[in-house]
Amino acid sequence: MKLRKIITYVLLILGSGVMLFPFIWMISTSLKPPMEIFTLDIIPENLTLDNYKKVFEESLFLKWFINSIIVAIITTISVLFFDTLVGYIIAKFNFIGRGALFLLILSTLMVPTEMLIIPWYMMSSDLGWTDSYWGILFPGLMTGFGVFLMKQYMEQIPDDLLNAARIDGMNEFAIFFKVAMPQVWPAMSALGIFTFLSNWNAFLWPLIVIESPDLRTLPVGLSFFSSGEAESQWHLIMTGATISVIPLIIVFIFLQRHIIKGITLTGMK
Amino acid sequence: MFKRWHVLLLSVLFITVLAACSGDNDNGNSSNGDSDVVTIKYWQYEFASKVDLMDELIKEFEEANPGIKVEQTTFPYDNYNEQVAAQVPAGKGPDVINLFYGWVPSYVDAGYLQPLPQEDFPHDEIEAEFFPLVQATKMDGEYWTIPTAVRTAALFYNKDLFEEAGLDPNSPPETWEELADYAVKLTKKDGDRLEQSGMAWEPAQQGHHWLRDGLTYQAGGEVLSEDRKTVVWGDSDAGLEAFKYWLSFPTELGTSEVGFYTDDVTAFMTGKAAMNVDGSFRLGTLQRDAENLNYAVAPMPGKDGIQSTNASFWTNGITKDVEGEKLEASIKFLKFLTSQDVMERWLDATGELPAKEEVAMQDKYVNDELYGPFINSLPFANAHFFVDETKERELVIDAANKVLLEGMDVEEAFNELVEKTQALYDEYWGDK
Amino acid sequence: MSQSVEKKKKASFFQKVRTNYRYQQLLFVYICLILPILFYLGIRILPTLFTFNVGFRDWNLLSSGPHPLVGLDNYIALFKDEVFIKSIVNTLIYIVVGVIGQLAFGMIVALLLHRINKFVGFFRVIYFIPYVTSIVAISWVFQWILMKNGIINDILINLGLPPQPFLNSPDQAIYVIIGAMIWQAIGFQMVLFLAGLENIPQMLYEAADIDGATPWQKFWKVTVPLLNPTIVFSAVIGTINFIQVSFTQVINMSMDGSGGPLHSTITVVVYIYQLAFRQFDLGLASAATVILFLFILGLTLFQMKVLTRKFDY
Repeated sequence: MKLRKIITYVLLILGSGVMLFPFIWMISTSLKPPMEIFTLDIIPENLTLDNYKKVFEESLFLKWFINSIIVAIITTISVLFFDTLVGYIIAKFNFIGRGALFLLILSTLMVPTEMLIIPWYMMSSDLGWTDSYWGILFPGLMTGFGVFLMKQYMEQIPDDLLNAARIDGMNEFAIFFKVAMPQVWPAMSALGIFTFLSNWNAFLWPLIVIESPDLRTLPVGLSFFSSGEAESQWHLIMTGATISVIPLIIVFIFLQRHIIKGITLTGMK
Repeated sequence: MFKRWHVLLLSVLFITVLAACSGDNDNGNSSNGDSDVVTIKYWQYEFASKVDLMDELIKEFEEANPGIKVEQTTFPYDNYNEQVAAQVPAGKGPDVINLFYGWVPSYVDAGYLQPLPQEDFPHDEIEAEFFPLVQATKMDGEYWTIPTAVRTAALFYNKDLFEEAGLDPNSPPETWEELADYAVKLTKKDGDRLEQSGMAWEPAQQGHHWLRDGLTYQAGGEVLSEDRKTVVWGDSDAGLEAFKYWLSFPTELGTSEVGFYTDDVTAFMTGKAAMNVDGSFRLGTLQRDAENLNYAVAPMPGKDGIQSTNASFWTNGITKDVEGEKLEASIKFLKFLTSQDVMERWLDATGELPAKEEVAMQDKYVNDELYGPFINSLPFANAHFFVDETKERELVIDAANKVLLEGMDVEEAFNELVEKTQALYDEYWGDK
Repeated sequence: MSQSVEKKKKASFFQKVRTNYRYQQLLFVYICLILPILFYLGIRILPTLFTFNVGFRDWNLLSSGPHPLVGLDNYIALFKDEVFIKSIVNTLIYIVVGVIGQLAFGMIVALLLHRINKFVGFFRVIYFIPYVTSIVAISWVFQWILMKNGIINDILINLGLPPQPFLNSPDQAIYVIIGAMIWQAIGFQMVLFLAGLENIPQMLYEAADIDGATPWQKFWKVTVPLLNPTIVFSAVIGTINFIQVSFTQVINMSMDGSGGPLHSTITVVVYIYQLAFRQFDLGLASAATVILFLFILGLTLFQMKVLTRKFDY
């Protein structure tokens, strides 16, 4: 029994090494002077923060970071609200066109968004949405995936619970917010992380719709570091990567209890 | 409980308001545009030294032409084309656009550009003043674009590594044999593992240009027929000879590796590669990012007395729907960009060579230690006419990979390359 | 339904005839659905129909028209195109190997974590970290550590193994990229499986112990069947994720940034993107989108059928 435990721990520690190694190497490279990035020391011989200074001085990194946060937070809130609502309605109400609506929403999962860029751009340009926050985030305001996920969870809520609330005289909005939503709160936090990260990582659409440098999101901004004829500045790329990855990890470590609990608690509260 | 949905509801309201606001802002902008100032949009790709210089130039141009405003927008090279592509169906985009010359044929083919007006840019003037390689964007009897600067490729070499290997840093290789010989001497290996590459070799970077416009011509061959319709690369033995020589670096000679220290430029900059074929535009980057690198530049090694190198250029065109005041402003701007003063400053700032012969061939440039070899290469430089730059490059990369990674016979790979390139040309001209 | 009718009667008893529940409910439903329906129709469905329409046209992205109808030409051209076929095969490899790998590793880590009682939270955090990182950034890091002269090859040499070409090899590259995707997704799958494991009543294992079951038998006869809902859910999420994520990862990790070397890592989405934005052939790209749509549709139906039926108990 004891041996089994030890083996388990050893395996888990080895796995942790694999999980963390790329980050360690990334940070280590970002602290090396440009001429030494190819040395294979984990702890740089001549430790320097010049790369960080350069990245912050020569680019609008902070601004891009804030843009990414704004875009990801707004889309996440919107997705959580609308997808939960639509999932709830499809799961719990009988109305004409319910099946058709669900199929319609599901079908959006099967078309890669890369292909919608042209029509989206035509639309944005007609409506004056290009080069604005709204332009970046409008395609992500609702997702088929979220509706699908929330419908699955909403179906598990007993009808009696909702009906009891109706008898108590609650109106339908209040029932949704106060009765249904708390039941699926864990699933919502899973959806929340999912949405936040996919928007945080969104690249192609923000790149196309944004023209001004100060509206770029982080992945778009980062891509300017390694581009075509200009040589790849690996010391700066690794620095940019570190700056874009570390804050998220720190936030995650602080919130991890809630985030992991959210995904974990699939059952009732 | 109450708090949670309260927050959500507020956020949704916030989003709606935000949407409304952003809509308003944009409407405001477009109505401003109708005043008496003409605004033209200029696009170029992100290349730090060019973008900075252009900002300066635009300021001067606007001061000299009070009624005109120029807005510069830049995108990363890798995503430049998709940015243009997304805007066309929406009827948007730049008025003056900076394009790689190899892209121009497909842009012209799609009707994206308008020919330069002949009264402002007379053909005889262009042909008398500019280097003949600008004709790569002359199609259907019209000039569609005009460059500020051109670039040639030459041999960059690391003087310190030359000395270390017992070679004279003041006599760089001049022939194929010497180049191969030097590359071998400059290579360091630990068993099978390459530790220092004698010759950086990257088909995706300048390598494919070197093969097409440099080696093939040096061997006495040609890639394309006079009418630009037939790929004659495989017609004589020269093409295959060049291809074999090109591939000998990563194969028999064992001096090179694809992706060695990520790419040729990085490898050369960090002293991991002793020689590299690169363009004059690299001078600026090397000055900025590798101050301590002790390097020099030599004209591309030739064969049997034949010299040849690759030339390429970024060039400016006017898009199809520009007319009236905007067209006039765009023409003024283009004339400004092709003036002698701008060309000289362009060279200083970016390392790209003046596109006009008279400006380039001034003594101060010809005798310059670093620019000299590039300028002196101009008379024998070729700029291949691409029908599809991306695909043609991909075909060369694939041909190399088939030999290097899949062990395909060199001759077979070359024949396939020629055949597939011909298919691209057939497709391009088939529509006409 | 009869139940709610009963309730309805009760309600009308309390509130007289004034409120019609059915009416109030429908009002709620349709009010709430206005914005979502507008969104899905306007931003997802219409653009999709636009794409389907373009699939039957000769449409050069740089030209502002006209774009003539060409019938099935684009589809015929695609099926004659080796690269497109290759991209379909690759996409299947990505999904099958990638999703199975994700599930397997996620489950292994969850099972290991389930067996210990100290530092569980600590390990959970570490394994989850890759999931919350920027894909673009981490793809570059992988490219960096996996290059020929990179740290991984150095470690291999120190262990006395030959250096590997990794991303520069047409045989290895696709699996290296899949490996990176699995690496990133393990944490998410692990959390889902941990949740599933916690929901399995301890009772069942005790019962199995009484029957003298081996650990292996317990795993296949108790754990796996009871984890089935989690497996289905994870597989569906994983598949969707793979189709979307594979684009960013392939673009940023492959040698030439477009699915190389020799198209060995190209996926349908990457190829669609190349057709549209590199070759400006929106017609071909749209036709490929339609084919991908049918492909995913089939795959989803297949998954739901097979995975839900397999462990019926």
